[in-house]
Amino acid sequence: MALAFDEFGRPFILIKDQEQKTRLRGLDAQKANISAAKAVARILRTSLGPKGMDKMLQSPDGEVTITNDGATILEQMDVDNQIAKLMVELSRSQDYEIGDGTTGVVVIAGALLEQAEKLLECGIHPIRIAEGYEMASRVAVEHLEHISQKFEFGTTNIEPLVQTCMTTLSSKIVNRCKRPLAEIAVKAVLAVADLERKDVNLDLIKVEGKVGGKLEDTELVYGIVVDKDMSHPQMPKQIENAKIAILTCPFEPPKPKTKHKVDIDTVEKFQTLRQQEQKYFDDMVQKCKDVGATLVICQWGFDDEANHLLMHRNLPAVRWVGGVELELIAIATGGRIVPRFQELTPEKLGKAGLVREKSFGTTKDRMLYIEQCANSRAVTIFIRGGNKMMIEETKRSLHDALCVARNLICNNSIVYGGGSAEISCSVAVESAADRYPGVEQYAIRAFADALDSVPMALAENSGLQPIETLSAVKAQQIKENNPCCGIDCNDVGTNDMREQNVFETLIGKQQQILLATQVVKMILKIDDVISPSEY
Amino acid sequence: MAVDKLFKDEATEEKGERARMASFVGAMAIADLVKATLGPKGMDKVLQSTGRGRSVTVTNDGATILKSLHIDNPAAKVLVDISKVQDDEVGDGTTSVVVLAGELLREAEKLVAAKIHPMTVISGYRMAAECARNALLQRVMDNKDDAERFKADLMKIAMTTLSSKILSQDKEHFAKLAVDAVMRLKGSTNLEAIQIIKKPGGSLKDSFIDEGFILDKKMGIGQPKRIENAKILVANTAMDTDKVKIYGARVRVDSMSRVAQIEGAEKEKMKEKVQKIIAHGTNCFVNRQLIYNFPEELFADAGILAIEHADFDGIERLALVTGGEIASTFDNPESFKLGHCKLIEEIMIGEDKLIHFSGVEMGQACTIVLRGASFHVLDEAERSLHDALCVISQTVVDSRVLLGGGWPEMVMAKEVDELARRTPGKKSHAIEAFSRALQAIPTTIADNAGLDSAELISQLRAEHHKEGCTAGIDILSGAVGGMEKLGISESFKVKQAVLLSATEAAEMILRVDEIITCAPRKREDRM
Repeated sequence: MALAFDEFGRPFILIKDQEQKTRLRGLDAQKANISAAKAVARILRTSLGPKGMDKMLQSPDGEVTITNDGATILEQMDVDNQIAKLMVELSRSQDYEIGDGTTGVVVIAGALLEQAEKLLECGIHPIRIAEGYEMASRVAVEHLEHISQKFEFGTTNIEPLVQTCMTTLSSKIVNRCKRPLAEIAVKAVLAVADLERKDVNLDLIKVEGKVGGKLEDTELVYGIVVDKDMSHPQMPKQIENAKIAILTCPFEPPKPKTKHKVDIDTVEKFQTLRQQEQKYFDDMVQKCKDVGATLVICQWGFDDEANHLLMHRNLPAVRWVGGVELELIAIATGGRIVPRFQELTPEKLGKAGLVREKSFGTTKDRMLYIEQCANSRAVTIFIRGGNKMMIEETKRSLHDALCVARNLICNNSIVYGGGSAEISCSVAVESAADRYPGVEQYAIRAFADALDSVPMALAENSGLQPIETLSAVKAQQIKENNPCCGIDCNDVGTNDMREQNVFETLIGKQQQILLATQVVKMILKIDDVISPSEY
Repeated sequence: MAVDKLFKDEATEEKGERARMASFVGAMAIADLVKATLGPKGMDKVLQSTGRGRSVTVTNDGATILKSLHIDNPAAKVLVDISKVQDDEVGDGTTSVVVLAGELLREAEKLVAAKIHPMTVISGYRMAAECARNALLQRVMDNKDDAERFKADLMKIAMTTLSSKILSQDKEHFAKLAVDAVMRLKGSTNLEAIQIIKKPGGSLKDSFIDEGFILDKKMGIGQPKRIENAKILVANTAMDTDKVKIYGARVRVDSMSRVAQIEGAEKEKMKEKVQKIIAHGTNCFVNRQLIYNFPEELFADAGILAIEHADFDGIERLALVTGGEIASTFDNPESFKLGHCKLIEEIMIGEDKLIHFSGVEMGQACTIVLRGASFHVLDEAERSLHDALCVISQTVVDSRVLLGGGWPEMVMAKEVDELARRTPGKKSHAIEAFSRALQAIPTTIADNAGLDSAELISQLRAEHHKEGCTAGIDILSGAVGGMEKLGISESFKVKQAVLLSATEAAEMILRVDEIITCAPRKREDRM
């Protein structure tokens, strides 16, 4: 470790416990950072594309996750290295912003860093590289805009949307039935979408899974599915034209928040108190009944007596429904969440055409379906699958598909997939490079090379000759001036992604390039790493 | 420059070939573990728990064995998981699904070693699974319209299921029990209405089905032991001291006489409650919670049978079979629905006294009383019976039936083989491998029975090339025999679930090329 000394030869202590920390400086620091980031990218590289492999992750508690979703892999990887954590963040922010392309963004970042390493070795200053990358990314994003196409869809013509979702799903384990799942995702998004404002609130789509059955049994329910059953086993299992009271107060005696005591010292008091209590339960149930509710959904528990009274008055009820679900039910049925019995009014009741309890398999699992709601904006995707891992993975895949559909509704520009957009950008950046005087030119070229790594990884994962395939496709793109040529991962026989119907969203791609460039710039700017050494 | 530390301490990463190897080995080890229990001559396993008492379970049920294993290999966990799901969903075939998945992976390993990409193997497996399913679909028999033959089918299926279990000696007896019990349900799959009571003593043959409902409880002292035309009130209410539930209420007194007064009031309250209950016109009161001596005495005075501490399941079931409501308040006797049954009496099974409700309103429910030499036998008998009940109830819903004894596997194998011949490309290797994996199941069954499997399977294959063949392995005589004649059948739903989930699991494991294991969470109480 480099130290500063005073005139007597004693070292200055600049950092607390200086001698116990390791410190990397200059080129060493950059190289160490780059290699850590590359290591992360290398792990994800094989998961890219429709023929990408999965990763098996074992959590600290021994639970197993099998996935090929980049964000999920990185999230659960238990990474310790600081730079590796940055990559995790990168993938996560892509997940939050766009929802798809989480693997791609890490692969691009890794490739950019790999190229930067070479330039660093040539002696180019990291800031110059960073600036070059910045310029290149601007060129690339503009070029993407240039090659993007608008595509038309409407509530009747959902085919283009379905095709795009299928591209997303084809890289997941669920690609066996990507078509039905894509349709489900699109229908779900359209159901909650506000086409006028081009806004989609994904919170309105609930994804619920239950182990058992087949993947093909997955269904879209226009309504809410709650993993609960009626509070009393003998309540009716099916209610038509239900009027739902949504309560957040328990069917229990009141518990005032201020501390108090009720002293009983005479027999009379004892009896009045008892009658009070009975009346209280009676009142609660009566109030619900009075406003005309035919189903009570409550966030809290019921007292045994209240439960029986409800049953007795023929008022089915569901207890212990979670807050989020309660909100969804309220949205779907057009009801209001009522915090006190006194505030119950007929207007505040939600309406649903059909509420039914459905049981599954040989075990006693039951779920509550609330369908034909007054406001059909909230929908539920109900996933069935062979085992828990399958369901979890399907949930993640569907989430990606939902996000893609949402992005398309917000912004209906697309670019073609299969690496074609990257290749096209790479060509554009390459030719732009020559116009820049100065050292940045090299960085811009390196950027173009880095963009090639995505189609390269795609080809590699699909078992094709990576370099050969890539150069062939690139040549074809330039020759035919057709930015839709990509890697033929599925062995269909054509390179034209337009014919294969492989699309990706424009903003997804742009975001990938921008985010990756930003993180790479950040990593390149670090020239000093101080970390506590092993203890 | 190598990165020395990307992960946290103790987190490990396995890549490529090594990762695949680890998952193959893990999955195959699990499959081999349960392999020996497959088929009518399969052996049992003894499981000793690490918990207190080191309790021992003897079983042949795949799901039970796998559930009790502590596994560290992630791929093995996938297999355990599918077996669990199979148990939940169809109840039987838990061993077969694991064995088939294991065989699929074993074949896949060979293919991967021969430089075929796992993705190619997967797409081959998918095609093969689809083809196999269609093959089964073409050969199913459906006797739904013919009640007599349908019942015979159910009997056959039950016997096939039971023949691999501890009950195989008395399989006819138990198959009849199971079919009778399920037939009473009249098409519903609600197995809750079938109650299984285990009582050690006697032999397995003494087990019987009872049309009524048996509650494993004693009657209160001094109360009638036999009630005809009983009106039953099923309740879930506190019959000790009825607490005031308003928050913060407490009793504060300043003299002894006051205490006595309050006590009197409490008693009065209880008495009132009992009066209200009696006013319902009931003569049998069953409560989920306990009943104190005082109300019990009051009930005895009124000539009412009071049963306390019936557990929640018991209450629900009793309410279900007698058609009554479960009550917690007693203010509206006129609108309340009481449960009815013709006769309540105390019966003796072995040394225990039980309460027997016969002639209940809802004829669907019934009770199966299992007798046997020890608890282990009884537990295993219950598991076996549960399997049989599940399979039968699922068959009632989906009445398609297949022959057993390795027949479906051979049919599928033949079709898949033909598909392999038609398919160009590397996939055909995978499809062929699928057919080999399918044949491994009858092979294992034969091996477990100590038969010459190679000889038998080749004979069987030859037989299956004839049209409309019904040949399978006849374990008893140790030769190839007509399954239709021997009356060995299996449910289509079970077979289909086995096929699909095994393929799905194998696919999942094959797709993995990297295993990342996080550091195990530190626990204080490490044993």
